[in-house]
Amino acid sequence: MNEIILPRRQLIARVGGLAATLPLLSACDAINDAPAVRKILSMGEEMNRASQRALIDRNALAREYSRADLSPYFRPNGTRLPAGAAYAAHAASGFGDWRVAVTGLVARPLSLSMADIRAMPQRTQITRHDCVEGWSAIGQWTGVQLSRILAAAGVSDNARYIVFRCADRLGDALYYESCDMIDARHPQTILAWALNDAVLPIANGAPLRLRIERQLGYKHAKYVNAIEAVASLDGIGAGKGGYWEDRIDYEWYAGI
Amino acid sequence: MSDVDPSPTPPPPHVYRHRLPTRIWHWVNAVTLLVLLMSGLTIFNAHPRLYWGEYGANFDRAWLVIGSTADEGYLRIGDWRVETTGVLGRWTDAEGIQKTWAFPGWATIPTSYSLADGRRWHLFFAWVMAMGLTLYMLWTAIGGHLKKDLHVRRTEWSPRHIWDDIKDHARLRFPTGDAAARYGILQKLSYIGVIFILLPLMIATGLTMSPGINAGAPWLLDLFGGRQSARSIHFIAAWALVAFFLVHNLMVLLAGPVNEVRSMVTGWFRLPPEKDA
Repeated sequence: MNEIILPRRQLIARVGGLAATLPLLSACDAINDAPAVRKILSMGEEMNRASQRALIDRNALAREYSRADLSPYFRPNGTRLPAGAAYAAHAASGFGDWRVAVTGLVARPLSLSMADIRAMPQRTQITRHDCVEGWSAIGQWTGVQLSRILAAAGVSDNARYIVFRCADRLGDALYYESCDMIDARHPQTILAWALNDAVLPIANGAPLRLRIERQLGYKHAKYVNAIEAVASLDGIGAGKGGYWEDRIDYEWYAGI
Repeated sequence: MSDVDPSPTPPPPHVYRHRLPTRIWHWVNAVTLLVLLMSGLTIFNAHPRLYWGEYGANFDRAWLVIGSTADEGYLRIGDWRVETTGVLGRWTDAEGIQKTWAFPGWATIPTSYSLADGRRWHLFFAWVMAMGLTLYMLWTAIGGHLKKDLHVRRTEWSPRHIWDDIKDHARLRFPTGDAAARYGILQKLSYIGVIFILLPLMIATGLTMSPGINAGAPWLLDLFGGRQSARSIHFIAAWALVAFFLVHNLMVLLAGPVNEVRSMVTGWFRLPPEKDA
């Protein structure tokens, strides 16, 4: 008899224990959601940003790898195919009419075609892409340095951030991201149109995506169609500087 | 009445065993390491696969996977696979809903899956841990704790001495009298291992996962064999700390929990009386 009763007792004990932990778990989540707690926790981001900016040379390069190090398959993430007829038409025509607007605090606003971008001096780099989720993939990217585009547009000294606007809609809004002028002018920050010697696949952000090699994957805006120099992020989305930053509180500084 | 022995038993001697910095650091760490572990499990849940080398994503071979099929959860390490339904990979939450995150909600911060919130907790408490560890290391070196209490003396390194201490632990024979005021060889080695090896290893492998730090200190990538190797070592070392925690608490329970906990709160430790031979 005992042999039969015991497992049931254990089961009851387990279920009882589970029920007893319920208030504890919801108390933990109340702490997690308290505004004061979130404010304290977010000091970690500022400490990471300030210490990395203070201790690491602003032009220190992310490691560049050799072709032997390439991931066999470069995993796409986020939007894999932007919705809508406009993007589909661009894709069907090989992005011949794609334009990248360069606006905001610039002396000469630009509207660049893909041909314009390919005509500029190019940079090719084999780098590691680190997703916030934890995985990494190594790919070879070719594109134009953002610093060249900013110089061509005559970016103002008052610009403190560069905002990237994208053609892919996620839920309620088009994707957007931003970075400070240090990363915007970093030699490895490029707008890439080729991956592993082939034209950038749609899943990876065709026709043009950002590479910002010292930060995590969600900062690498895909399907870029506008670049805006701004003095403040206040008017951009909800003001935290990026799609995920505004929605689920990812760090704006994603260097760790 | 007069033939009753008038001398009362002398009060057991108390020694001031833990100084204030040790006590503060101990309890700060108790909270900090728990938060780091539980928020770390949230972060792991975002991609419950581990790799060796620089890269690794879904299409690459993982050496460790916590996953789920249609009706079971499993843990796979290399070619070894074990069903873990109910605990890992597939489990039922407090409301009776089936979930397929690797680690269950009761083990993570927050209890629901939020990579963003898990990172906020982890990357704040990482600073608390790193700064606390740095200050404590400096204090142990300058304040004499390292030399006086943790330094392993030449005679203690003898295999026979270490073996005797292992046997004493296995037989639950704990030191009494003055010997109880000092750390045994296994205690010394485990505390040194945590303070000077495991915790610094957690910090170094954590920083190696940072693309920003990689640019400033690329040698870290070489030291650990790549970013994904660093992530794997970070995970393994975290469980080594959990193992330390379990043994540490077991020893406290066996050695006299009231006395041990009081000594870590007030500093004062009651020496267990010498047993009569």
